[in-house]
Amino acid sequence: MKYIDEFQDPDLARRLLDDIHSTVTRPWALMEVCGGQTHTIIRHGIDQLLPEQVELIHGPGCPVCVTPLEVIDKALEIASRPEVIFCSFGDMLRVPGTGRDLFQVRSEGGDVRVVYSPLDALRIAQQNPDREVVFFGIGFETTAPPNAMTVYQARKLGIQNFSLLVSHVRVPPAIEAIMQSPRCRVQAFLAAGHVCSVMGVAEYPELAERFRVPIVVTGFEPLDILEGVRRTVLQLERGEHTVDNAYPRAVRPEGNPAAQAMLADVFEVTDRAWRGIGTIPGSGWRLSSRYRDYDAEYRFSVTGIQTREPAECRSGEVLQGLLKPHECEAFGTLCTPRTPLGATMVSSEGACAAYYLYRRLDITNASLEASTVV
Amino acid sequence: MCLAVPGRVLDIEERDGTRMASVDFGGVVKEVCLEYLPDLQVGEYAIVHVGFALQRLDEASAKQTLELFATLGMLQEEFGDPWELAAEAGGSPLPAAGIDTPQEAQK
Repeated sequence: MKYIDEFQDPDLARRLLDDIHSTVTRPWALMEVCGGQTHTIIRHGIDQLLPEQVELIHGPGCPVCVTPLEVIDKALEIASRPEVIFCSFGDMLRVPGTGRDLFQVRSEGGDVRVVYSPLDALRIAQQNPDREVVFFGIGFETTAPPNAMTVYQARKLGIQNFSLLVSHVRVPPAIEAIMQSPRCRVQAFLAAGHVCSVMGVAEYPELAERFRVPIVVTGFEPLDILEGVRRTVLQLERGEHTVDNAYPRAVRPEGNPAAQAMLADVFEVTDRAWRGIGTIPGSGWRLSSRYRDYDAEYRFSVTGIQTREPAECRSGEVLQGLLKPHECEAFGTLCTPRTPLGATMVSSEGACAAYYLYRRLDITNASLEASTVV
Repeated sequence: MCLAVPGRVLDIEERDGTRMASVDFGGVVKEVCLEYLPDLQVGEYAIVHVGFALQRLDEASAKQTLELFATLGMLQEEFGDPWELAAEAGGSPLPAAGIDTPQEAQK
């Protein structure tokens, strides 16, 4: 999809694009934080429809991609135990740990199950009182409240055989880390809409002011992204740097206070390692001490597992916006969805997977197409 | 996984002291926890992520989004059989152990 007439509302898409083209006077680099936005951008060729001066840099907002290798290895270790039913979202099945993945653990006889909701895992625990049920709790601020509620429910219902392997991450500290990098080229952010549905926008004004970057809350449908880019470019051209909500149908400024209260009860902020990036201070959540009994790392004594990431995978640079997926030497050759070196090639929200799915065959003539579509 | 899908509340009940709803996502019906949107009513739409309603959405926006997701095959990605998707992506056969079947009721 690289033509405006394939947008849901082609006339509106054209008006937004015309507006962006007539506003831009010089080069700007925008980072979209959400992996879902990255997929929309590549799938619809939005980056190719924009003026050449507007560069979209793909950010670290894919929860599967940023889950550290050592956490994957802990999951594999726990899932291999005969007494354990290991429950996960489906997109973790093929994420490579050191040497294998959850799919292989299942093939080798491990009881790995895919659930739609963490509450499904809790129900499995109720139905199997003689087994240990572990849920793989990864994700950003959108996924953390459901997982927090599940642990809260487990305690309320007195369910002892349930625990959470937790590796939650938070967006604002990642934005801060990106802006503090000496190699940073990002001049504005398209903030992840559904993260803001939960957290609201309160965490962003300080970041926008301190780093003098516009932050525009953006949805993930094609027209949402064009509108987010339009508002961002307008601010950049005017020399402004405020927080703007371009996704009001799903984001209220205060977010979801009930979800925030549950997060504050069940979790506490901690330093968290991001796969390919390293540790970012205050960038994650772990279970608070009141809920330590439900922490699978302690229950299964896997706190000591340390692993080293493969050197040939450059997904860390992709996640920081320092490298485009197809600029990696392994892309499409050593590294494909069938033989992934890193999670960015596996995840349905990974930047490498997006390029592989939608861009691989036409990389060589992308610039030609870009010049003919607008 | 970060995809959140709009759905319409069909009915609401208390279970284990928790407010739960059946929610229709363009034909697929799932159980959804309403604890984070406790005043959501039957007939209303909300953005739902991993079985939790997170924010209200107006009907027109919800329908438009659902239509787009259906066109792009994203509802299948979200609600299809994850083992099949994983097997296909990796070029592997399905694991031999009894596969858990998708739990949603098809409408």
